Amino acid sequence: MNAALSFLQRVDKERYAAFVALAILTVVSALLSPFFLQWQNLLNIIRQVSYTGIIALGMTFVIVSGGIDLSVGSMAAFVGCLAILVLNGSFEAGWPEGTAVAAAVACAMFAGLACGLANGLLVTKGKIAPFIVTLGTMALFRSLSLYMANAGEFRSASSLFGELGSSAPLGIPLPAFILVGLAAALAFIFGRTRYGRYTRAVGSNSRVALYSAIDVDTTRLAAYTVTGAMVGVSSVLISMRFNSVGSSTLGVNYELDAIAAVIIGGTSMSGGRGTVWGTVVGAITLGVINNMLNMVGISPYLQGTVKGLVIIGAVFIQRQRQ
Amino acid sequence: MTPPLFRVRRLRKEFAGNAVLRDVDAEIRRGEILGLIGENGAGKSTFMKILSGIYEPTSGTLELEGRPIAFDSPSDARRAGVSIVPQEFNLAKDLSVEENVFLGAELLKLRRVLDRTGMRVRTAQLLAELGANVSPQDRIEGLSAAQKQLVEVCKALAFDASLLILDEPTTMLTRREIDRLFALMRSLKARGMALVYVSHKLAEVKAICDRVMVLKDGELVREAPIAEIEPPEMARCMVGRELREIFPPKRKAVGPVVLEVRGLSSPGAFTDVSFTVREGEILGFAGLVGAGRTQIAEALMGLRPSSGVVRVGGKEARARDAKQAVRQGFGYLSEDRQGSGVLTGFGIAENMTLVSLRDYASLPFVIDRDKEVAKARTWRDRFGIKASNLAAPLESLSGGNQQKVFLAKTLDPGPRVVMVDEPTRGVDVAAKQEIYRFLAELAAKGAAVVLISSELEEIIGMCDRVVVMREGRIVGELEGNHVEEREIMYMATGLRTGANA
Repeated sequence: MNAALSFLQRVDKERYAAFVALAILTVVSALLSPFFLQWQNLLNIIRQVSYTGIIALGMTFVIVSGGIDLSVGSMAAFVGCLAILVLNGSFEAGWPEGTAVAAAVACAMFAGLACGLANGLLVTKGKIAPFIVTLGTMALFRSLSLYMANAGEFRSASSLFGELGSSAPLGIPLPAFILVGLAAALAFIFGRTRYGRYTRAVGSNSRVALYSAIDVDTTRLAAYTVTGAMVGVSSVLISMRFNSVGSSTLGVNYELDAIAAVIIGGTSMSGGRGTVWGTVVGAITLGVINNMLNMVGISPYLQGTVKGLVIIGAVFIQRQRQ
Repeated sequence: MTPPLFRVRRLRKEFAGNAVLRDVDAEIRRGEILGLIGENGAGKSTFMKILSGIYEPTSGTLELEGRPIAFDSPSDARRAGVSIVPQEFNLAKDLSVEENVFLGAELLKLRRVLDRTGMRVRTAQLLAELGANVSPQDRIEGLSAAQKQLVEVCKALAFDASLLILDEPTTMLTRREIDRLFALMRSLKARGMALVYVSHKLAEVKAICDRVMVLKDGELVREAPIAEIEPPEMARCMVGRELREIFPPKRKAVGPVVLEVRGLSSPGAFTDVSFTVREGEILGFAGLVGAGRTQIAEALMGLRPSSGVVRVGGKEARARDAKQAVRQGFGYLSEDRQGSGVLTGFGIAENMTLVSLRDYASLPFVIDRDKEVAKARTWRDRFGIKASNLAAPLESLSGGNQQKVFLAKTLDPGPRVVMVDEPTRGVDVAAKQEIYRFLAELAAKGAAVVLISSELEEIIGMCDRVVVMREGRIVGELEGNHVEEREIMYMATGLRTGANA
């Protein structure tokens, strides 16, 4: 008992605060609703959080490096529209279905990467505040999507595309696999590589980083590019899920959810500190909260209220700790 | 007999059961400058913070003119006539000088409206008294460190203070500005004000103070009228060794030239600068603040555009960015540890390897943590850094230890040319002595060292050859016996130019 207590005192409170919060929330949810712990419900939560969770992984790099990316939701819609156009185009051009799907996925990845790179270049070479750059591109990407689809939706012509979206190898939804795989890869990059160390250094104090012979611009550029790539992955997964892309609906409020997941996961809004796994926990926490609110019958319109309060609360707790 | 202005009795302060101030008795008299000295961690700041209402004492009493008094807050203390000029600037950078001087205590007319004219006039008057070349409407952001310091002094004087505490006020000032500050302190003293002067610079304490108190480990170990105590004895009381032993013996460098700079210029900073540094040599850069010394180091580090010729070991080495400069063998310890030196949120080991991280990659990008920690451990042992856990965040260390970490970080890539800029700013005597020893060892091992410092004592104690700069140009070079304070000051201030060797 004593050993357990002293162990609890020794663990890095900041690092595990998000885990503890999630554990408590899970217990409360289980008590509130007998359905909560059912396998199907849990899988549902995981699937729901995966789409924004994947984006949040990239967002972790951006926020730790001292930036912000508000454009991810609109970017997801834009990238999704392009992916479906490529899918349908290549399918109609007589390509085999598998190849067409692969082309769509590749297009989404590439487009996401390019959009992220554009954000990053504007921030680093253009020397414009990240908030302004991504506020601008947020409007821009959404508008381009609406224009392309005439504010409607693009339906995929491939049934394989949609089947992939609802596939669940080993009973686990595909997006969840991808979330965990990417999280593991990015956590490794964040914690164990030079690039991860530099990202924290730049966010902690960019002047110190500059004087320490770190390429500050490249480091920040990479964070936005990684986020763009994550948006590409997320966008293609959500498009598969619906087998279509709604130009006005896809990705709405994703920036909110992604930033919230990062913050709840313990990453400092002022940069320099954070963890990738914390972000995954943050994303799941948001999912669990939504799920619980549904189960106890609270109006879905109030879910935003709760989410807002949780974000503000998380930052408030961060402030108290400092 | 009238009671002293201020008296403290058995003043004690504990943090979490740790006594940092142990039952100190002291009095501060009107018309007197009291010197307060001691190493970092001796309890000086705690003592001052209690006097100025920032801390409450754990036990003990304060008396103002014989009456017991307790301060609940700094503004409480300020109303009672205690003002402090802090070591770290506490200025809002987007506001003007006059707005800062009266910040939180604005003069009003018609009860609600700012009396801007009144504040401007008062600020202008104070600035003139200080001889500061600053206008009340200047924004803080555009001021030099020395000017900011003077604004802090103004701020403390804007109200009728009876006790003025100055915490290390001269670290950022040039000789001339220090002289002006001292003249001002003397005139305040003549008006009957009590002043407490806290400093590491013992010669200055000797020059300006009437009485000196030495704190060591929270205790008052010595109190004496200034006539009865000399700087070497002050140092001995503080740390138990003589001041002159603080510098390692000089050695004359005869090795080949490592760094050669020819006609280096950087627009707006310095013009046509040429010098060489030999293997094993410590070359001093003296001059007033703003003479362009730091900018030369920045240019060599690729942090500032420049034109001209730079060679290291005979090879072209003018760098476009810091990464390239590090590859070419430059290392730079900047003058601003917090602003451009170390990362407070990072661990100790992580800080040490920040510049040289490439060397710790086992695979191209993956950091070999064991190797990193092993190297950090050798630095810790070599520099005597007091840290048991190298993963602990840097801010858990004292200023002197943080500076050693910064030095380790600078030296870890193994630079051939080491440029150190104010390497002992704000560190205590013991740490200073160690840093001097490390620099001497570094030179002895064959590095070319450039020492930029505003502390002439340091330049004279460490360097066999000194380059003097003024207004962005090298105005002279001194060597051997000619390296002495008056000569350097004549050149730095423009009273004399030319070289002698």
